[in-house]
Amino acid sequence: MNHCNALTSLKPDAVALKKLLVLLRDGRKLLGILRSFDQFANAVLEGACERVIVGDLYCDLPLGLYVIRGENVVLIGELDLEKEELPQHMTRVSAAEIKRAQKAEREATDLKGTMRKRMEFLDLD
Amino acid sequence: MLFFSYFKDLVGREVTVELKNDLAIRGTLHSVDQYLNIKLENTRVVDQDNYPHMLSVRNCFIRGSVVRYVQLPPDGVDIELLHDATRREARGG
Repeated sequence: MNHCNALTSLKPDAVALKKLLVLLRDGRKLLGILRSFDQFANAVLEGACERVIVGDLYCDLPLGLYVIRGENVVLIGELDLEKEELPQHMTRVSAAEIKRAQKAEREATDLKGTMRKRMEFLDLD
Repeated sequence: MLFFSYFKDLVGREVTVELKNDLAIRGTLHSVDQYLNIKLENTRVVDQDNYPHMLSVRNCFIRGSVVRYVQLPPDGVDIELLHDATRREARGG
């Protein structure tokens, strides 16, 4: 049986359950306790939540028990409990507010895209 | 298997891993496996301000399939040795 050796040391022992950060290919950030994994980096996260960050605002959306298919995993990081998880200038907001902020950011990006499209005829670059 | 062996010899060295999502992480190479998954210790993100969620991450596992580059110290490579090994591997397959 092939083992994902590099991941082995991330598996929590019975005494210290480590909270981990999982970065996914779609840009999502999941946090939770790693309960299981395999050679493909498929993973089971317990008490998972998605940390949504928009500018200086953030919100943790609870997800529960998650099984993640390994091909979507970018990185699994161990959070140092003695350090601040996020910079001090960031503010925690409600789910409703972060969704509003996400929408605003999406619209700003779309607007930037359409403006660029309109300027394309100038052939600047 | 060539690069797996090569990375095994680099364990303990400082490297910077650049991912396909443009995130770059500097750290000490702790281990590598047959899929070229990488485990780094004592990590610092290169452009920390753009990745606030990585602030307290000091050890991480990186899936081999998402790596774009592994940046090495200039003296980390015996280029002639690597060149010869590659030629042999290509010939022998």
